[in-house]
Amino acid sequence: MIKKDSSNILTIQDLHASINGTEILKGIDFTVRSGEIHAIMGLNGSGKSTLAKVLAGHSAYEVTQGSVLFDDIDLLALPPEERARAGLFLAFQYPIEIPGVANTQFLRLAYNTVQTRRGKEELDPLEFDDFVREKMKMLDMKPDFLDRSVNEGFSGGEKKRNEVLQMALLEPKLSILDETDSGLDIDALKIVAQGVNQIANQNNAMIVVTHYQRLLDYIVPDYVHVMQSGRIVMTGGKELALELETHGYDWISANKQSLAGVSA
Amino acid sequence: MSAVLQSLVNQPYKHGFVTEIESDIAPKGLNEDIIRLISAKKNEPEWLLAFRLKAYQKWLTMTAPKWQNVHFPQIDFQDISYYSAPKPKTKLASMDEVDPELLRTFEKLGVPMHERAALAGVAVDVIFDSVSVATTYKQKLAEVGIIFCSISEAVHNHPELVQQYLGTVVPVGDNYFAALNSAVFTDGSFCFIPKGVKCPMDLSTYFRINTEGSGQFERTLIIAEEGASVSYLEGCTAPRFDTNQLHAAVVELVALDNADIKYSTVQNWYAGDEKGVGGIFNFVTKRGLAKGVNSRISWTQVETGSAITWKYPSCILRGDNSVGEFYSVAVTNNYQQADTGTKMIHLGKNTRSTIVSKGISAGHSNSSYRGLVRVAPTAENARNYSQCDSMLIGDQCGAHTFPYIQVQNSSATVEHEASTSKIGEDQLFYFSQRGIDAEEAVSMIINGFCKDVFQQLPMEFAVEATKLLSFKLEGSVG
Repeated sequence: MIKKDSSNILTIQDLHASINGTEILKGIDFTVRSGEIHAIMGLNGSGKSTLAKVLAGHSAYEVTQGSVLFDDIDLLALPPEERARAGLFLAFQYPIEIPGVANTQFLRLAYNTVQTRRGKEELDPLEFDDFVREKMKMLDMKPDFLDRSVNEGFSGGEKKRNEVLQMALLEPKLSILDETDSGLDIDALKIVAQGVNQIANQNNAMIVVTHYQRLLDYIVPDYVHVMQSGRIVMTGGKELALELETHGYDWISANKQSLAGVSA
Repeated sequence: MSAVLQSLVNQPYKHGFVTEIESDIAPKGLNEDIIRLISAKKNEPEWLLAFRLKAYQKWLTMTAPKWQNVHFPQIDFQDISYYSAPKPKTKLASMDEVDPELLRTFEKLGVPMHERAALAGVAVDVIFDSVSVATTYKQKLAEVGIIFCSISEAVHNHPELVQQYLGTVVPVGDNYFAALNSAVFTDGSFCFIPKGVKCPMDLSTYFRINTEGSGQFERTLIIAEEGASVSYLEGCTAPRFDTNQLHAAVVELVALDNADIKYSTVQNWYAGDEKGVGGIFNFVTKRGLAKGVNSRISWTQVETGSAITWKYPSCILRGDNSVGEFYSVAVTNNYQQADTGTKMIHLGKNTRSTIVSKGISAGHSNSSYRGLVRVAPTAENARNYSQCDSMLIGDQCGAHTFPYIQVQNSSATVEHEASTSKIGEDQLFYFSQRGIDAEEAVSMIINGFCKDVFQQLPMEFAVEATKLLSFKLEGSVG
């Protein structure tokens, strides 16, 4: 929800990043204020997922130019774990499997690490168990999930729910959802979207990276940005996603100039 | 320093150890005279000298094994001193005198303060160089008829038992290093659990090598009579040295009818520095004989130290329905090399064995699992299950599996499973994106990987092992 007096959570200026010497992001500018939901759309290879990973601090990418402020801190100067502790969360497109590590153990360590950083009390295993089960209800998850290894043998839907569960536990200031809708059937999509909507509030913000309009029926964005070849080529309101759905991405190239003025 | 520790450190040594004696190091080199010297120093009976000399003669005819997947410069056996009693100077007066690096290690491992003192050579219950000291439990154990003492003492106080069993599981000419040990062993532990007695506590001994350049040849013999059971813990730690040290121990276990021996090791000998300089060469022969019906021998080991590890704790399942178990975690980092595994020799009917081996390699290290499962023609319905998992950290290390399976009885069931995995950058990124740093992430993944083995360790050992692993792998990622 757009509020006039809200503060900037994320300020990206002229961000360039490359992998193995190939430039993927070629100058990204945009600002996210608290309470807002931004959607980033675009074709495969347009740089959407790269932007998500660069913000989270993946070591494979090198930032060659530009700046990113998270609240008022220089995000790019922090290692990934510090970014996470500061309240930046990435829901992965392909959550990785970690055999042998029980979910409950993993979730509790992540939770306590972030809590400690915020100067709050850690939870012991029993307290955490109550806490996590409450959150799991919201996502319609089975209790046996806690004892299974992290993401191991999970269906696509279970993996994505696990991502949203972690988001609910860690209460991030900024959540980046990287194609959280991919691989979900419509029921799972609704549950995941419901979870995300419950987490969204006036003090946090979300960036939703997606190919399709479908997810945006359930998570309604304040802004839609369209990426192409490492740049944001168009920005509009939620209706832009519908336009894209109708006309396809080719339509962008033709209308880039005329629509550029909509930018937030 | 705490008052408790202060008093512990300052109290006079109460186990009759004469600290005034001059250090006693035999001249370097190995020959019959040296063996006679060792035997004389220890005031041994004639039969034991004969045992040593027979082993020495065997050893002379043997050559060092070459089949293992480790590489090291040839060992000059004439450049080793085969007998050394502790120098008074190495007996430290307080924790302040202990190598800070060693203290840091203890700190990281969370070793309890009184144990730190003991391990650093300040206090009581350790095998100090080659001369062992009486243990604190001794009297309590004596009440139930258990004998737990140094093997030297056993030779003097219970010669008939030692003579009856010594060399029956690992014969003097068994292998090159066992023959060497049999010729020159200076001390070790002896443990005898009489018929029907369940040992009321875990028996433990800490070993360490202290005098630079002296080889260490431990000899351990554990006997559990009919219906007896015991859990024995062996922990090892050694301070930092730049020259390689040879360690060639022999451990023999004998379990009679319905007896149960569980032997757990956490091995943390000095592994050499990050460039591969120094470290212990650890050539160990450990073998258990499940002699009686329904007997059980169980080995659990966590191998994290030594520049070279060559070790195959084995079970000979002679009694019908006897059980052999081997649970192992072997961690190598930097330039460490480990070739370790087990042998399960099924002779009796309905014998069962389980092998769970977890190898973790980091840095430039190499870790090999080598295991033999043999089912003899006599072993009707023998069963074995083997599981060998390897984990790689980084891309400069190696993991290898060499399973040997020999089945000569068609009623046998033998299963072998193996897997190799890698701690990948993407896994670590996933952890770090949740606020968890690389060290903690690796520790969590490794502990998950080793869970099946750690579950077998006695509680306090499991805690120690968990910390030890994190410590050993510190700095190997990210």
